[in-house]
Amino acid sequence: MIDFQFARAGNVADAVRQMAASPGAKFVAGGTNLVDLMKMDVEQPAKLIDVNRLPLDKVEEIAGGGLRIGALVRNSDLAYHPQVERRYPMLSSALLAGASQQLRNMASVGGNLLQRTRCAYFYDIATPCNKRQPGSGCSAIGGLNRMNAILGTSDACIAVHPSDMCVALAVLEAKVRVTGPRGEREIPFADFHRLPGDTPQRDTNLDADELITAVELPPRGFATNYTYLKIRDRLSYAFGLVSVAVGLDLDGGNIREARFALGGVAHRPWRKAEAEAALRGKAAGEAAFAPAADIVLRDARGFGHNTFKIDLARRAIVRALSQAARGTPQSQSNKKIA
Amino acid sequence: MTESEPHASSPSRRPTRREVVAGGATVPIAMVPLTMSMPSDATAQPAARDGASPTVSVNVTVNGTRHALALDPRSTLLDVLREHLDLTGSKKGCDQGQCGACTVLIDGRRVVSCLTLAVMTDGASVTTIEGLAKDGTLHPLQQAFIDHDAFQCGYCTPGQICSAAGLIAEGKAKTPAEIRELMSGNICRCGAYTNIVAAIQQAMGQS
Repeated sequence: MIDFQFARAGNVADAVRQMAASPGAKFVAGGTNLVDLMKMDVEQPAKLIDVNRLPLDKVEEIAGGGLRIGALVRNSDLAYHPQVERRYPMLSSALLAGASQQLRNMASVGGNLLQRTRCAYFYDIATPCNKRQPGSGCSAIGGLNRMNAILGTSDACIAVHPSDMCVALAVLEAKVRVTGPRGEREIPFADFHRLPGDTPQRDTNLDADELITAVELPPRGFATNYTYLKIRDRLSYAFGLVSVAVGLDLDGGNIREARFALGGVAHRPWRKAEAEAALRGKAAGEAAFAPAADIVLRDARGFGHNTFKIDLARRAIVRALSQAARGTPQSQSNKKIA
Repeated sequence: MTESEPHASSPSRRPTRREVVAGGATVPIAMVPLTMSMPSDATAQPAARDGASPTVSVNVTVNGTRHALALDPRSTLLDVLREHLDLTGSKKGCDQGQCGACTVLIDGRRVVSCLTLAVMTDGASVTTIEGLAKDGTLHPLQQAFIDHDAFQCGYCTPGQICSAAGLIAEGKAKTPAEIRELMSGNICRCGAYTNIVAAIQQAMGQS
């Protein structure tokens, strides 16, 4: 790990001011990803600004019926928050599908949004990686790419975003509140994470001097017909090969509205408006689900080791939509997939 | 609550095998014994290292003993526990947050100490495996692990027990399946999982 300076911020304005004064600094909250990357010399910040003392650790109701989640709320506290369990169980489930309880106790909501890909080449500083070192090349294309992306890839990068929480937030259409030297702004979740394109070094549209202060959930939580289905190599504590978050609004057996997003397949949580629109008004069942899955995967492209993900994702979408339609969401402790 | 003795002058401390192997050379670059009057503010009196970032003062309570430390910001809590405070019960397995062998409790919550920068524990209370037994009596989890033979090599055991203590305090696991899921951050290469779950069930029944 390179040497770095360490400072604590007392409030949001202080944190923003310290960052503006120290280009090359990074904010640290839980540290579960950043400290790991610093040990590997992938991240080499000149300074860490500890934001753990900022008053951003509350979950509060907001006008209009939504929920504001402070950026420092820990993943475990959010997963078990009574309002989240009751009104947004898809989010609770996605959180509990990720990492381990020790890491969830540490990891913050803001940090979860900003966690970086687990592509092995991004971590291995001896190999080329456009995300770590722009212009050096992508080792995963033509390399060991079993965990990598099948949608939204570019010639520069086929990394995936590893978060489970973010897949649920995509379906819930959360908003990300940020503060920086130019003031506050709100970023719709669909605009927060980027596709790699020719700038894979940029994961998000957050500016380097901006601080995430909160994530806001709209009132609709899809608490009746939802699921978070995560397929992985072992039953727990592993990154997803494919995951699917689903929220359905049903009118009897018919679909009034369907939303679903995939994790583990792209550089950001993957939604496809056309596939969701195709479900609207249809009877909830495999006859409708399979064509919707086909629409999502029409543009999918495998890179050899990860080509199996295309079929896996197609089946996972159908299975997850079925779980949500039946009102039998995937349990995160009993791992039998119903 | 007692102030910690300066590292080198602990009267009852005998050299450990690790120190003998290492030639007794625990290089104290990151620890400067400070006095009781040390203010808790992190910016106070940084001790300079040659050409390096200043050390950061950290007041942390470990197993009921308060320590005033001046730390290299790079120090993980795990390394401070093992290398500076001689609490070698917490184990370094992967050092990447993947195995759970370094699990400790910070303010009662289980975390991996290998990904915790020690400078971020200022003001916190840390409990390690060494802090679980009380007055010579094993913690119910320690006794349960013995009763159920819940280990073979024992390397993961301190982390397993600290993690299980956190799990019981959380109160979320009721069934064996839930215990397994919520203990999945602790890897046991010997595969003692069945007995670990049984030991935790026994301790849960007593708490």
